[in-house]
Amino acid sequence: MFEKVWQTHVVEPGDPTLLYTDMHLVHEVTSPQAFASLEQAGRKVRRPDLTFATVDHGIPTTGRHLGILDPLSKRQVEALRDNCARHGIVMYGIDDPRQGIVHVVGPEQGLTQPGMVIVCGDSHTSTHGAFGALAFGIGTSEVEHVLATQTIWQTPPSSMAVEVSGRLPWGVAAKDLILGIITQIGVAGGTRHVIEYRGETIRGLSMEQRMTICNMSIEGGARAGMIAPDATTIAFIEGRPFAPKDANWDAAVSAWESLVTDEGAVFDKVVSIDASSLIPHVTWGVNPAQTVRVDGVVPSPDSFDDAQQRDTTIRALAYMGLEPGTAISDISIDHVFLGSCTNGRIEDLRAAARVVEGRKVDRRVSAVVVPGSMQVKAQAEAEGLDAVFLAAGFEWRDAGCSSCLAMNPDVIPSGERVASTSNRNYEGRQGRGARTHLVSPAMAAAAAVAGHFVDVREWEGQ
Amino acid sequence: MKPVRVVRGTMVPLDRADVDTDQIIPQRFLKRIERHGYGEFVFYNWAHHDDDSPIEDFITNRPERSHARILVAGRNFGCGSSREHAPWALQDWGFDAVIAPSTADIFRNNSANIGLLVVELPENDVRRLMEMAVDPAATITIDLERQTVVGEGLEATFDFDPSAKERLLGGLDWIGMTLTHEESIARHEMGRPAWLPVSTGSETS
Repeated sequence: MFEKVWQTHVVEPGDPTLLYTDMHLVHEVTSPQAFASLEQAGRKVRRPDLTFATVDHGIPTTGRHLGILDPLSKRQVEALRDNCARHGIVMYGIDDPRQGIVHVVGPEQGLTQPGMVIVCGDSHTSTHGAFGALAFGIGTSEVEHVLATQTIWQTPPSSMAVEVSGRLPWGVAAKDLILGIITQIGVAGGTRHVIEYRGETIRGLSMEQRMTICNMSIEGGARAGMIAPDATTIAFIEGRPFAPKDANWDAAVSAWESLVTDEGAVFDKVVSIDASSLIPHVTWGVNPAQTVRVDGVVPSPDSFDDAQQRDTTIRALAYMGLEPGTAISDISIDHVFLGSCTNGRIEDLRAAARVVEGRKVDRRVSAVVVPGSMQVKAQAEAEGLDAVFLAAGFEWRDAGCSSCLAMNPDVIPSGERVASTSNRNYEGRQGRGARTHLVSPAMAAAAAVAGHFVDVREWEGQ
Repeated sequence: MKPVRVVRGTMVPLDRADVDTDQIIPQRFLKRIERHGYGEFVFYNWAHHDDDSPIEDFITNRPERSHARILVAGRNFGCGSSREHAPWALQDWGFDAVIAPSTADIFRNNSANIGLLVVELPENDVRRLMEMAVDPAATITIDLERQTVVGEGLEATFDFDPSAKERLLGGLDWIGMTLTHEESIARHEMGRPAWLPVSTGSETS
């Protein structure tokens, strides 16, 4: 599949290859310098019609009628608005009912389709690979290059198959599967590779689950993650605003159907994982491979043979304020963040709402739901999920990246502990000194109620 | 971009693995719309107390390191976010090169695009450099043309992407270079299937 998508986008073959990009997604943080130097060089945006912008990283998720109070964030959003206006680029601004996290909005609007090459100045662009698109994050100089030429130079990557077998047990989420995969391959295990997730288990996943998995490919160091399109993919796209219509639909579907992976495809690296043996995961450290099962304990530095890994563990435990041997279920939390491009979609909110329904958030915990897009928010409200969360004591916010990277006011205070459905538990990621534990939406919801981590499978059985 | 041929200078050893771009430059310093002015924010959370006063002992704050040009780091340097602000900040601080056993893909690309030389050396050579770098006056030379790193008692060679090398050596305007392929780009555009989406209309039929 990867090879087919690559080949159909080659403008100039070789190493590096010049690839055509079908859609360039743009947001306010990594684009202003690109537009500025593009204009300084007297160049234009080659294909505004293949460029799409929204605001997500730095915008507030509450009190939007007051405007953006942070003057620097405000300037970034205004710069994007002006740049898009000047170059004829469609932008879903802060007041648009379709605004949201760029990796939620693309698929939701039907802009993300199988077989496309999609780039964005954001590492979680790998999300779009869930549709059988080749999608990867780029830096600002590359953003400028794509604006000017609609192409990008790429070194042909190596290929890695992640073969997933066995049924995901009840109560175990796509998030647990991808955390399990990253723990197995390590945070650099996918470097220079494009991962293809394959196998019966993957075929059985919804698009939301597939997006969660592809989203975190970058946390395993991979250039991109992909899943071959199938009936689930096609059904998800049909009828969305940017989905092909009429005769174009038929042509598109037959093109997409040709992207199914050959059974005999050869990969440079193959990794296998048995989903049926998984249980919910919780990260204990400062990278997404520092993960343990919910019934486990915080590891000891001595349990690692490698000196640098021991050193990393000592540093991680100090930052996280954890003692080796502590049971994960004994770790109390102060905050719960439910959202992000990893887990801010409607299914994620449904999974969390099922857990909190009829329960109350622990009085020591401050819990927030930030839908991935305003459309997700509207859908959740139509289903009454907002009422479930509000009754339980969650805050119900507007869409954006929010606490995932804490560029907006949703910063977790220093020393406080957060159960987060986002993608990175790096030091300072959610606020300087903030201590992040990555979990699935259901696990985050259960932690909000209990005030500490619990195995959500015990609850969902009730 | 200025051409990069030889980087000769002293080192800053940062013996940590998996240093992510959130550590290289924390999120709260990404709100500017300019390309420069990020140098003082390098490794900010490691280099400063909670009250923003500098931690004297942190290596980038040591006066004897202030003229260093080469950062020597642990494996998987630059993982995480795609922020080009990370190489911008390293360059603004004064680094012209980073040496590590391995580096993350996007960071490596971003660095090549702005003229920050990123060199991957075998773990043993990096270990040797870490030891040499204890002496703030120890000087090494990275020669991109010859793909060598030379210091006292060390002579190592490294692999380097040939096209990135050409661009760095020539200090070339790569967008200008790409635009010389205009004909191929236009030809590709002619052959694109009609069903592909355009953002300017939510109906592609």
